[in-house]
Amino acid sequence: MIPLSHYLILSAILFSIGLYGVFTRRSAIGILLSLEIMLNAVNINFVAFAKFMAPQALAGQIFVIFTIGVAAASTVVGLAIIVAIYHNYKTIFVDEIDVMKW
Amino acid sequence: MVNYAYLIPLFPLLAFAVNIFWGRRLKAKSAPVAILAMLGSLVISCLILKEVITGKTLEQSVEWFKVGRYSFEAGFLVDPLSAMMLCVVTLVGLLVEVYSIGYMRGDKRYHLFFAYVSLFIFSMLGLVLSNNLIQTYVFWELVGVCSYLLISFWFEKKSAADAGKKAFITNRIGDAGFFLGLSTLFYYLGTANFTQISQRLMHHPEGLSQGILALAAVLIFCGAVGKSAQFPLHVWLPDAMEGPTPVSALIHAATMVAAGVYLVARSYAVFAAGHLSLEVVSYIGIITSFMAGSIALVQTDIKRILAYSTVSQLGYMMIALGVGGYSAGVFHLMTHAFFKALLFLCAGSVIHACGVQDIRQMGGLFGKMKVTATTCLIGCLAISGVPPLSGFWSKDEILLSVYNSGNRVLYGLTLIVAFMTAFYMFRLLFLTFFGKPREKLHIHKPAPTMDWPLIILAVFSIFSGFVGSPLMGHAFSRFIYFHPEHTEPNYMVMISSVIVGLAGISLAWVFYILSPALPAALAKNFQPVYNLLLNKYWIDEIYDRFIIQPFLRLTKFAFSFDRYLIDGAVNLTGTSCVAVSRVKGWIDKYIVDGLVNLIALVVGALGEVFRRLQTGLIQNYILLIFTGVVVIVFLLRFI
Repeated sequence: MIPLSHYLILSAILFSIGLYGVFTRRSAIGILLSLEIMLNAVNINFVAFAKFMAPQALAGQIFVIFTIGVAAASTVVGLAIIVAIYHNYKTIFVDEIDVMKW
Repeated sequence: MVNYAYLIPLFPLLAFAVNIFWGRRLKAKSAPVAILAMLGSLVISCLILKEVITGKTLEQSVEWFKVGRYSFEAGFLVDPLSAMMLCVVTLVGLLVEVYSIGYMRGDKRYHLFFAYVSLFIFSMLGLVLSNNLIQTYVFWELVGVCSYLLISFWFEKKSAADAGKKAFITNRIGDAGFFLGLSTLFYYLGTANFTQISQRLMHHPEGLSQGILALAAVLIFCGAVGKSAQFPLHVWLPDAMEGPTPVSALIHAATMVAAGVYLVARSYAVFAAGHLSLEVVSYIGIITSFMAGSIALVQTDIKRILAYSTVSQLGYMMIALGVGGYSAGVFHLMTHAFFKALLFLCAGSVIHACGVQDIRQMGGLFGKMKVTATTCLIGCLAISGVPPLSGFWSKDEILLSVYNSGNRVLYGLTLIVAFMTAFYMFRLLFLTFFGKPREKLHIHKPAPTMDWPLIILAVFSIFSGFVGSPLMGHAFSRFIYFHPEHTEPNYMVMISSVIVGLAGISLAWVFYILSPALPAALAKNFQPVYNLLLNKYWIDEIYDRFIIQPFLRLTKFAFSFDRYLIDGAVNLTGTSCVAVSRVKGWIDKYIVDGLVNLIALVVGALGEVFRRLQTGLIQNYILLIFTGVVVIVFLLRFI
């Protein structure tokens, strides 16, 4: 049986990859994808802890289902915003969209 | 006809309105307007007099306004006294206006003169018709204003302007007394109506304090003292000669000075009821008449002699009223109105003809102005009390009532005054019209409009006395009836009055026709007395020294008090206010504003620093958030 620490390390690696993506991607869609990776890392954590801490209860697994649902919804909103931004600025590179400053 | 009495003052008022508004356009036609109005008033007055003689009287009044439980009324009272006065005032007024056509010809304020005269007569008629003291007071003041306007009619001359002011202010002093008196009476009796006052005092005198009534009477008499130029307020009348001569005639005969005597006669019930008030009236009367008569002996200005003569004669009327000779006083008021108006108009003609007023410069004018001289002679005979002219009868009535009062000293003094009157009037007559011309004067004949009034007045001066004479059974006395008077003719009094009159005339004849050097010698021998009289007992100087100068000093003191203390305090407050506000301004500007600016500056500087954080780049923000979370986690872990 794979010990808990392996899951946690995988989750940490995935989270770091996502974080790196968020920091470095120019494209807003890229950032959204990276966010999804981070979310999945968190999901892995949920599932792993649920499996090892309280194998009888299904709370962890159900929570992940909710998270995935909410993430899908928020991604839709994010994509819609990106479409709107593209309409206005003809670009989706976040370093070019810097009007929200002094 | 009696119902139309209100029309009498209305006509002159109308004439006044027309002349004041359209006088400039009417020019010379303003005189006929005034004269027609006066004629209307005269006709109505005469018709009313005729009805009043048959025993008709009328009092009508409406409520004017109401304050608390006191009701003030406005109305008119037609009784024998007012009916008689109405006729005298309108007749003299009419003649004076006719006379003024010639006298005022060419004056640049011709129409204004007639406007003022109309207003003057309107005021006097209103006063005569008033049925209560308050309304009387209103017209009384109007009379005062008109006298001011007319005395200073030629206000370009400083002396005329001053005389007007003097008349007005002197009158105001008396009027203040009058007002206090009528207020006292009104407060005490609750009514100002003459009829009601008389009714109350004569038929229900129980429970009334004599002292208060005497106080009211004496205060009302103060007003009469001012208007009728009695001592000590007589000083304005001689100065009032600065006005045009017709105005003097009007003031002296009909409108102004008659008002005082009329007021005393009107409120006679109050005087009769108040303890000692009649004595005050008679003593003031004798002092005035003696003093003015003696001053008139030595004056040289023709109008001034007449002015002092008027003062003296008014004193006579006051004596008569004071000793209970009600009808005698009123009778003399009437006859005096005619002969004094006549004498003044004569004087006006003389002044108009020769351009000077000093009788020492005149002389021998008889041949050149026959009408004037003859009428003047009649006037002088009348005022001196030569029978059977009007002055004789009225003066005799007065002497008789003084004699009957039992006061021998008073009787002696009145006889002396009668003597002096005869003397100075004939002195004036002789110096003006007889003898040789002393200076070459260019005489121009008076216009016929100036002669006719003289003739009419002369006729009245001769015959108006008969209505009150024993020959007609004292008709006047019974007509004016106030209370029973002793009316039997006393031949001793009559003869003594004739004797002193004739003695005065003959002494004047000796002095000024027979031996003209005598008066000068006499004046030299009695230098102090002569100077005293010539300077009018120094009364003007005494007033100046003891009243006017201290008053001026007081006002100067008050002025400097105002100037330095009050203004100084105000200015000090202002200056200190400015100083305080300067300090406050400095504090506001540098400390309060400074603090506010400092805060703004600090905030601005901080903003300048922190705005650099706002890059607008999402990834920067995320980095910051992440770093922040990491830091917080670390802090939670290790602290």
